[in-house]
Amino acid sequence: MDTQFPIKQILNEDGIVVNSEYESEMTESLTKELYTKMLRARLFDKKSVNLQRQGRIGTYVPFEGQEAAQIGSALVLKEGDWMFPTYRDHAATLTYGHSLRNLFLYWKGYPMGCVPPEGKKIFPPAVPIASQLLHATGTAWAEKMKGTDHGSIAYFGDGATSEGDFHEGLNFASVFDVPVVFFNQNNGFAISVPVEKQMKSKTIAQKAVAYDIPGIRLDGNDVFAVYFETREAMKNARNGNGPTLIEAVTYRYGAHTTADDPSKYRDQEESKRRREQTDPLVRIERYMEHKGFWEDSWKAKVENEITVEIEKAVEEMEAFGAAPSTDMFTHVFETPTWTIQEQLDEFEARAKEEV
Amino acid sequence: MSTAVKTQKQTMVQAITDGMRTMMREHDDVIVLGEDVGRNGGVFRATDGLIDEFSDKRIIDTPLAESGIIGTSIGLAMNGFRPIAEMQFLGFIYPAFNQIMTHASRIRSRTLGHFTVPLVIRAPYGAGVRAPEIHSDSVEALFTHMPGIKVVVPSNAYDAKGLLIASIEDPDPVIFLEPMRCYRSHKLEIPEEKYIVEIGKGARLQEGEDITLIAWGAMIDVVKKAAKEIEESEGITCDVLDLRTLFPLDRDLIAESVQKTGRAVIVHEAPGTGGVGNDIVSLINDTSFLHMRSPIKRVTGHDTPVPMFAIEDDYLPNSDRVKQAIIDTVRF
Repeated sequence: MDTQFPIKQILNEDGIVVNSEYESEMTESLTKELYTKMLRARLFDKKSVNLQRQGRIGTYVPFEGQEAAQIGSALVLKEGDWMFPTYRDHAATLTYGHSLRNLFLYWKGYPMGCVPPEGKKIFPPAVPIASQLLHATGTAWAEKMKGTDHGSIAYFGDGATSEGDFHEGLNFASVFDVPVVFFNQNNGFAISVPVEKQMKSKTIAQKAVAYDIPGIRLDGNDVFAVYFETREAMKNARNGNGPTLIEAVTYRYGAHTTADDPSKYRDQEESKRRREQTDPLVRIERYMEHKGFWEDSWKAKVENEITVEIEKAVEEMEAFGAAPSTDMFTHVFETPTWTIQEQLDEFEARAKEEV
Repeated sequence: MSTAVKTQKQTMVQAITDGMRTMMREHDDVIVLGEDVGRNGGVFRATDGLIDEFSDKRIIDTPLAESGIIGTSIGLAMNGFRPIAEMQFLGFIYPAFNQIMTHASRIRSRTLGHFTVPLVIRAPYGAGVRAPEIHSDSVEALFTHMPGIKVVVPSNAYDAKGLLIASIEDPDPVIFLEPMRCYRSHKLEIPEEKYIVEIGKGARLQEGEDITLIAWGAMIDVVKKAAKEIEESEGITCDVLDLRTLFPLDRDLIAESVQKTGRAVIVHEAPGTGGVGNDIVSLINDTSFLHMRSPIKRVTGHDTPVPMFAIEDDYLPNSDRVKQAIIDTVRF
């Protein structure tokens, strides 16, 4: 099966174009856009880990190493499409327009952190595993019934493929020809369990065969491969050709969350090696150097702008003030039941007494 | 009378079909999903004929997957539709529990109202129809305990149509439990037009002075029989309440009744431990403690799985058990 589903690559580890199919579109402007977004996500990720270490936010879920997979795929979406991320997919949600401040607030435990900007169809991070594949299918199915050309993308990891909802999502989507892209990031580990223990299948892409839908396996650290292949899958969806399963093979450098220690279950030397050899940002830098797009001064300028933007968002997060405790009561139902209303009234009365 | 409402004699299951048909005619965004709901019309015929009028675009036979039905319905509901998802039996809802608990019931809350899920989950439930194993569960308390979803249980054809329409119009998820024993046990004159029975409002089925009997679903017939017999044999008169909604409970109705009678017996077929009856006891405690003349009794199913049907009658509360509880309470 791994020969039937070879890993597609456009740019190899050295930044050399190995598949020229899309070369005419690999312009300086697209390259710089992709690179800038990846750098922004990486700096956000590093900042978040630091904020957690300083106790300024809670437990955080790092994605460093997976930027190409998330950004290449998210950039394909158009206004009106639906995005269903997991808790590790902030590079994707940022790319599709989520606010930095709200992402920080999410990890600070604020309800506001789940709220996307107005009009943005970005679901809160899926926490139970694989359940979001069905929401992506349902929302996309609704788009199909309404006759639009919008679709959905669902993000999930290698561990999620063991869940029943993975099967139900792919099955419903294929039976009803729903415009959805199932975007798997196979980063090799579900917390500590390696993918070899997760499944006997050699690839995740091959699971598409069971649903008679296209299955694509690609180098998830090659942002061009991710971008162009996801764009094709989304185009197929928009044209009424149904769902696609994409397996983006990647690696998370760090821990599952800031609360765990990966050296307990794997050799972190591998992370080091990958940082040096297969890193998604380094690869683009090499490509840009080959093409003559690279300038240190440009990188410095971009990095500076991003740093300013992130620092501003951190300030906004910290200036947000206390999360209103009443949020827990006021949005359970459109109109609170008497039970919730009384609990809210009692809560407010207590709060008044305490002042 | 020129204002006479046109009615049709219908069973409860026909009234449920009628409720769906009424709303589907009025609103294009109302759709039905479930196993065998299309050409077959559902295993209880609750969707009988709907596919002819609304086509398979709106009456959708899904793959056999409860989590899939609820999960995709959540997506449809967030994106402009009002799905009615049929669970073939409440006892088969468990694979969908995660979707209901972690998503349908809390998406509004998680997103501070940015996304909402106007979803109705219909599910036949309850014992006493000689159904195979697992088909007879009565697990309403799993859902009354779940924040963010309303729990509705009609006991008769009239309420079934009105409550179903109210559930479809509700902007939040509603689980609509249909007592199988009542599906074809009676016929009532059902208005052909649209009408609503408000969610959260119970009904007083008969007036009495000595004790309040509280029940819902298929237990209503049991309680009514007990009330009639106890009045004939003992002269005890009962206020009989059909709660119709289990979350949120109709506090005013319950409080007003028990404050009048000073006594209560609660009857449900679900196991007693963790059952809705306990919430009703708490509610009476909170509202009416000093009015009570004797401890409240509960007559419930046992803390056992619903047994196979050869012995299910001994699992279910019956009018003899209810009468005994009434006597114990009145003579306390």
